[in-house]
Amino acid sequence: MTIELKSNAPGGDIATRWDRHRFDMKLVNPANRRKYNVIVVGSGLAGGAAAATMGQLGYNVKCFCYQDTPRRAHSIAAQGGINAAKNYQNDGDSIYRLFYDTVKGGDFRARESNVYRLAQLSVNIIDQCTAQGVPFAREYSGLLDNRSFGGAQVSRTFYARGQTGQQLLLGAYSALAEQIHAGTVKMYPRTEMLDLIMIDGMARGIVTRDMVSGKVESHVADVVVLCTGGYGNVFFLSTNAMGCNVTATWRAARKGALFANPCYTQIHPTCIPVAGDYQSKLTLMSESLRNDGRVWVPKRKEDCGKKPHEIAEADRDYYLERKYPSFGNLVPRDIASRNAKDVCDEGRGVGPGGRGVYLDFGDSIARLGKAKISERYGNLFDMYQRITGDDPYSTPMRIYPAIHYTMGGLWVDYNLMSNLPGLFVGGEANFSDHGANRLGASALMQGLADGYFILPSTVANYIAKQAADGKLKKVDESHPEVRKAEADVKTRVNALLSINGKRSPDSFHRELGLMVWEYCGMARSEQGLNTLLKRIPELRAEFWQNLSVLGSGDTLNQNLEKAGRVADFLEMGELLARDALHRKESCGGHFRVESQTEDGEAKRDDENFQYAAAWEFRGDEKGPTDFVLHKEPLEFDYVKPSQRSYK
Amino acid sequence: MSELNIHLHVWRQPGPQADGKFVHYELKVTEHASFLEMLDILNEQLISKGEEPIAFDSDCREGICGMCGIMINGVPHGPQSATTACQLHMRTFKSGDEIWVEPFRARAFPVLRDLVVDRGSFDRIIQSGGYISVRAGSAPEANGIRVAKPDADLAFDAAACIGCGACVAACPNASASLFTSAKIGHLGLLPQGQPQRDRRVLAMVRQMDSEGFGNCTNHRECEAACPKEISIAFIARMNRDFVAASARERPEKAISGPG
Repeated sequence: MTIELKSNAPGGDIATRWDRHRFDMKLVNPANRRKYNVIVVGSGLAGGAAAATMGQLGYNVKCFCYQDTPRRAHSIAAQGGINAAKNYQNDGDSIYRLFYDTVKGGDFRARESNVYRLAQLSVNIIDQCTAQGVPFAREYSGLLDNRSFGGAQVSRTFYARGQTGQQLLLGAYSALAEQIHAGTVKMYPRTEMLDLIMIDGMARGIVTRDMVSGKVESHVADVVVLCTGGYGNVFFLSTNAMGCNVTATWRAARKGALFANPCYTQIHPTCIPVAGDYQSKLTLMSESLRNDGRVWVPKRKEDCGKKPHEIAEADRDYYLERKYPSFGNLVPRDIASRNAKDVCDEGRGVGPGGRGVYLDFGDSIARLGKAKISERYGNLFDMYQRITGDDPYSTPMRIYPAIHYTMGGLWVDYNLMSNLPGLFVGGEANFSDHGANRLGASALMQGLADGYFILPSTVANYIAKQAADGKLKKVDESHPEVRKAEADVKTRVNALLSINGKRSPDSFHRELGLMVWEYCGMARSEQGLNTLLKRIPELRAEFWQNLSVLGSGDTLNQNLEKAGRVADFLEMGELLARDALHRKESCGGHFRVESQTEDGEAKRDDENFQYAAAWEFRGDEKGPTDFVLHKEPLEFDYVKPSQRSYK
Repeated sequence: MSELNIHLHVWRQPGPQADGKFVHYELKVTEHASFLEMLDILNEQLISKGEEPIAFDSDCREGICGMCGIMINGVPHGPQSATTACQLHMRTFKSGDEIWVEPFRARAFPVLRDLVVDRGSFDRIIQSGGYISVRAGSAPEANGIRVAKPDADLAFDAAACIGCGACVAACPNASASLFTSAKIGHLGLLPQGQPQRDRRVLAMVRQMDSEGFGNCTNHRECEAACPKEISIAFIARMNRDFVAASARERPEKAISGPG
């Protein structure tokens, strides 16, 4: 069966598409809203904002998160900032320019209509968050401050010291808290979604496990919204939080939701290098550091063992400034990352294992003074020193790329609805706005645009239409499909508990992550991907025979939680490799060694690959047997695809 | 890479109602591991021996989410100032050290298992009034509100709270005054926060009291333990606001809308 992927984006002038679409959408009468139940899974910027806003509008909302409180969602860890086309700096920015930069930065693999809407809404987000009391940086005038960030030539990034994500999340959390108090939102912390309930072809609920009591429960609703983040932890070592997982979206994929462009993964150039095999995660240093830090390695391999201050200026290779004179240290993330890998592959990397490059603040400290640098980056410098024991004021930082963000996710249309009616997906969990590469300071923007502004309108439209057509029949927890989904979850939990093997969930996760990073990390080849596609099913088979989960299912059992997540990563990882193998071009964060220009830059193949690849899961409870590809062709009416050049 | 031999005593408690006790473990660990990675390593060893691993909370492991919170040798988040447990590294300790690890202790933070506690009381304090009400879509132009930089900076200092609960665990009275006052200070310093300032402080302080937290008696242990170095000056500010708001408080009338 082929699934026709319709974007449902309006045509015509791009600048008025969202306005016209909003007018065309159906509304739900205020008095009727409380009769409709909306489930929101995830409480980060997208989920928290969506739940709060739909609560404000009067819907009956249930919100779920795996952390002990919604304030801890991983959006909190974003450091650098949030873009908005306010043009407060009068430096030539505009909605169109933000749109243009985002389409180009995404290497022409995003949907133009979505990106334009994102750029439009960016200005509303800053208004909304400022009104909530988010303490954005200000100038002495009392007006908001901006900086240039990650590959942008205008200063359009709003920031809050190095804690922008935290402050925006606390804003969304406070709005959510108000609605919880008002009774419009019921919050379920320490609760994990383990399955999606489909009834008559529509998403009608979820099965959850209470992570404290172990109770498996079903929740039915009229709409299910997944804002559950990305799948970066398939690499085990990433900058994601320990609990970040793909389970919610993967369970939906197993129920028929298409998973799009999984091979678009973002490697962040400025992370603290791996120090040892005990390591549980990698720490990101905000890329705002590249505004004032200069990236270099020694020109000669022989100098790599020396201390950085022993290497003379003339013996240093500021390779980004050399190769990309107009963007220099501010080239987009994928380019900065690949170049770091290249110089390390040449044997010019620094630090233990030779996998690191210097990020040097010496010049900036000399020019601006230590106090100014400390004001801008003090908390990041402190964090670096705590982790590595080195003082970045006196010795250059060492950085290396790490997995940070995943552009792929569940396929959604312009309404952010998946191919399953009633299943909406927001934030990093969907695939929509960043194409093959996300620009810095755009993740927060997308999460909040989805949560505060888009989902509340499009969910209402769906409810109004379905209700008018008489399709939203009353269902309750006794429905056979609900009972079956719940029984399946219990069977699966018991299966994980009863393998009684020898290996911990972490040991499988670590092994999976190492092989995915090796063969599907910064550079991917047909041969490597084929190896990966052979090894993941083998590891998955061992997992189901040799896993050890001690304890029981009816208590707080963190290894049981991990085991379920690793089981899903072991399936999703295979799709990641499959997608990477099929996309024979290089684009954005996906670099196929077979497809590069003469000077080693990523080479797109628009003729054959200008589409979103949306994959359908085929398989059974044991795992996938096949993935079927569906394509959504991408059209570019405004920003004509060109080879990206940052020289 | 130098390795440390450490003698660990970890609080083990199978469930909320069960009795707990310290259990002794010997461990060799690299000095470059973080404190929580040290617990990961121990847990892997326990699993391989068929013993249930130690339950503890952690998520971002970057010192920002506030999920990790444990007592290390009687100090919340351990001996290094301005550092969460996840950012504490074993190089802070010496080979041969005895390390006692236990959950945050407070009546309002019941233990769920081992080192995991329930901090839902913090959420309820925020829910009672820790927000500025603004419907999505109703916000004025952001630069229409000027905020003097010193006020914005001071508000930021309070907003840096990560809600970990170290202040409560450090306080001999298990008071939540630092946590509560940080949110009241953050929002009360901003022009946007003025319309709800009185309601906010009255509701949040009353909720804090009803959750079973103790009173502040100026021990200042909270400030010393706070990984984000939030100042107790915010507690003084909260108390002033509370007194002023109490004096101004009058019963709210229900006013119906037109028509």
